[in-house]
Amino acid sequence: MESLYAITTGLLSACGLYLTLRGRTFPVVVGLTLLSYAVNLFLFSMGGLTTDGAAIVDGPTTYADPLPQALVLTAIVIGFAMTAFVVILAMRARGEMGNDHVDGRKHDDGEERR
Amino acid sequence: MTLFWIALLPLFGSLVPAFTARRGRRECSLATAVLPAIALLLMLFQVPSLAAGEVLRFSVDWLPSLGLDLAFRLDGLTLLFNLLILGIGLLILLYAHFYLSADEPFGRFYAFLILFMASMVGIAMSDNLILLWLFWELTSLSSFLLIGFWSHRSDARKGARMALTVTGTGGLALLAGLLLLGDMVGSFDMNVVLESGEAIRADSRYPLMLALVLLGAFTKSAQFPFHFWLPHAMAAPTPVSAYLHSATMVKAGIFLMARLHPAIAGSELWSAVVALVGTATLLYGAWFALLKTDLKAILAFSTVSHLGLITVLLGIGSPMAVLAALFHILNHATFKAALFMGAGIIDHETGTRELGKLGGLRRAMPITALLMSLAGAAMAGVPLFNGFLSKEMFFTETLATPVLGGLSWLLPLLATLGGILSVGYSLRLVHAVFFKPPKLTPPKPPHEPPRLMHAPVAILVALCVLVGLFPAALATGLLELATEAVLGEPLDFHLAIWHGVNLPLLMSLVALGAGVASYLLHPQLRRMIRSFRPVDARLVFEGAIQRLARGSEATINRLDGGSLQRYMSYLLLAALVTSGLGLAGMPALTGELGNQPLDPVILLGAGLLIFGGLGTVLTHRHRLISLLMLSVVGLVVALTFARFSAPDLALTQLSVEVVTMILLMLALFFLPQRTVRESSPMRNLRDILLAGALGAVVASLNYAVLTRDNAPISGFFIDNSVPGGGGHNVVNVILVDFRGFDTLGEITVLALAGLAIFKLLNRLRLFMPHSDGEGRVWSPDRYPMILTTISQAILPLALLVSAFIFLRGHNLPGGGFIAGLVTAVALIMVYMSRGVEWVQQRLDFPYQPVAIAGVAVATLTGLGSWLFGYPFLTSSFGYFELPLVGEFELATAMLFDLGVYLTVVGATLMILANLGKLTTMHRPTKELPAATADPASKEKR
Repeated sequence: MESLYAITTGLLSACGLYLTLRGRTFPVVVGLTLLSYAVNLFLFSMGGLTTDGAAIVDGPTTYADPLPQALVLTAIVIGFAMTAFVVILAMRARGEMGNDHVDGRKHDDGEERR
Repeated sequence: MTLFWIALLPLFGSLVPAFTARRGRRECSLATAVLPAIALLLMLFQVPSLAAGEVLRFSVDWLPSLGLDLAFRLDGLTLLFNLLILGIGLLILLYAHFYLSADEPFGRFYAFLILFMASMVGIAMSDNLILLWLFWELTSLSSFLLIGFWSHRSDARKGARMALTVTGTGGLALLAGLLLLGDMVGSFDMNVVLESGEAIRADSRYPLMLALVLLGAFTKSAQFPFHFWLPHAMAAPTPVSAYLHSATMVKAGIFLMARLHPAIAGSELWSAVVALVGTATLLYGAWFALLKTDLKAILAFSTVSHLGLITVLLGIGSPMAVLAALFHILNHATFKAALFMGAGIIDHETGTRELGKLGGLRRAMPITALLMSLAGAAMAGVPLFNGFLSKEMFFTETLATPVLGGLSWLLPLLATLGGILSVGYSLRLVHAVFFKPPKLTPPKPPHEPPRLMHAPVAILVALCVLVGLFPAALATGLLELATEAVLGEPLDFHLAIWHGVNLPLLMSLVALGAGVASYLLHPQLRRMIRSFRPVDARLVFEGAIQRLARGSEATINRLDGGSLQRYMSYLLLAALVTSGLGLAGMPALTGELGNQPLDPVILLGAGLLIFGGLGTVLTHRHRLISLLMLSVVGLVVALTFARFSAPDLALTQLSVEVVTMILLMLALFFLPQRTVRESSPMRNLRDILLAGALGAVVASLNYAVLTRDNAPISGFFIDNSVPGGGGHNVVNVILVDFRGFDTLGEITVLALAGLAIFKLLNRLRLFMPHSDGEGRVWSPDRYPMILTTISQAILPLALLVSAFIFLRGHNLPGGGFIAGLVTAVALIMVYMSRGVEWVQQRLDFPYQPVAIAGVAVATLTGLGSWLFGYPFLTSSFGYFELPLVGEFELATAMLFDLGVYLTVVGATLMILANLGKLTTMHRPTKELPAATADPASKEKR
């Protein structure tokens, strides 16, 4: 189970990183989101993979590690805020520059040719 | 405490002109003079206790961990310098009152001037090495502002920049030297440093420290070969030159050498370096002073020369030499400030400073002529003036010193040569301007300035004459105190004009005679000099600066091509190398725990994740499909959290997933629907390899951690959750209680992101596409009936659920984050089904205050614990009994969670509702409604 979990995390990171290396803003935003999923999974697993438990006192007998959970919970929300910020920045850049290239160059003629 | 005020009153004084400048120049000048004058008086009141042999000290801790204290001292040396700084400073203020023309911003000028004065006082009074350095840098900065005061003039800007570059570089060297010195002694306290001279000189790092400190002192005091900035700083208004370049700024380096004398002087290295540099400066400055034709340039080079003279004396370092150095500091400050101000008067009243255009001014300006002649005589070292006394002491010392070993006989010769030159340039200055018949007429008909403008010059000239006539009565007391401060023990001496016929007197006479001759032979001398091509220091300096700038620009261009993709790949490559090296150093990847058994659910989940991830990448040119694939990953991640015992995370991920997808869809609506193919196959291959390798590293790392038995610290949280935080849900208790400060930071970031997005969307104009990526026109049915009905029915239910989740959060999965997201999702559903206009009519309030109120509630809850004497964010809880409801619990952590809830709702809606507004005619921008209403006209198809 651990090896499968690790492989999945690695593959999601690779997919996310590949997309962040693209030259247009939207794939980069999607890549960052994907990468943040992978990172959250990675961080979450630092407490070990506990099945049939919870981090609740007087609840089930097995306790899951609560600390990574607390860290990842805020990471998810912050991740959303950052995704939102980057995507709006991308929109703004397109509004100002007329294209959606990540380098923010003006007069890009690759745009709009569909 | 008095010391504290003496040091800081001038600093506050630099603010006074800002408040009084509007009332007129007279009022402003008077008000500006008040605080420095008080500081001067306060200091004079301390003189009796100084005379009793005390050293006054005052110290407050500032940054004890850095060894930095706000420590001030007042001893004889400080007294001497403060008298010059504050006394001459006040005279300069009076002079500047008349000097600046009516349309110049005199308030700003005064503010800079007083700031400079305050930083000089700070240097003189610092009782801590680091504090001294701070004030030292402040003088560099404020003198930059003063030299470049006429910022419309190119020479002023360049001169200011050159002065700052040279003295600033020296300042850095000085910092290094002082840190080294403090390290050698073990303290930055001045007294400790001054008492450890033996240990310092015995230390192996002494030569390095000495070189760094002297570099600072030499650059500041314009010693050869760093002297070149001083003549170019003459582009400053004359009051600045008179103040900075006679009495204060350039004396700061001298002061440093005198202040640290007991600690760092007294070695052969010190004597050799300081005396040689001083001699070179003395002759170089004097030589060029003789050749220049601009009044201020002559004075600037003569200043360089006199600073060299003082440096030689400090290098010689015998008690009498130190006395002579201090005496000459005093004398030079008085006659040079007077001469500068006189030159300024000539410039002001005739419109030129060129010797060629001046001459015979004694008829039109008799008082100025008299004052300048007397001050010039003092500079030349004519008997019965103060310059004569210290110069003769200088000659005496050069005869007595063995600094240069077998070549010591050279020193008196060179000193006499310096004396000859100084007589020559003093004569030129006075005789050519006032007594020689003019060759050309000056631009303005010369006349005397306002009488009060003469006053500061007259006061200083009177001092020159009186000290020259009665040195024992006027200067002995002050010099006794100052030499005792430098040498550490009282020195018995007697100042007198007549010592009988001896060698120094002979040297003085030779200097006078040969000096007159050199002036008479001046035309021939100039002709000879013209055959050499002089090097213009400014051209060399500017050339070096420009080469440096071009070099850095080229380097930056090579490193920074402006391509985000390239930066990303560098960044990832670096991460790959470092983490790969770490992994390679591990003995085995699999730890002692091994794998847990697989089950079909997990297999299915992993399969879906891999499918979603690869799908997102493979379809990334079709952005909408790629987005759908991404949402598959997000959903399965939520399920993964649920599967591995993290219900809180699963709930959060699920609700965040909803808002993220709505957000990205909305954004995609305004962005191109497809991505063009532009990466070359090579680039693609490189990216795939890079991303794949990093993915492999992440997977290996994750596997290595998962198969090892780590010792978690979470036992503490589980044990203390109920007794300490009053909650059974440990995750929530960690968020709102144990690590509440982190959470406060995080919701602040969330609110800030929301505000930033709000500003980014402001005045953003994007055209609305009227069709999707395939060219299909959007459906005219914008608000489908079924969605409308369901969302409206769900709204109260969803709000109820979110309240429930919020309330139970402390004990069961839930809490402020999740509840906030659920509320936000419910409201966004209404926005989507009914449109922004419809919702705005019914729910008309901005979300920014909600988010800010959330952060405020959380912060105030934390601050509340201060009221009860507990640290920030200490939570408290209790159990209460209510009829019908039964026993229930209330915790302040819940109030904190309410803050979290409000922030999440506010920020999320701020982002999405404002983005949604772009799709309507209710755009934040009100201009050009016609152009934006017709999107098709802008779209090129």
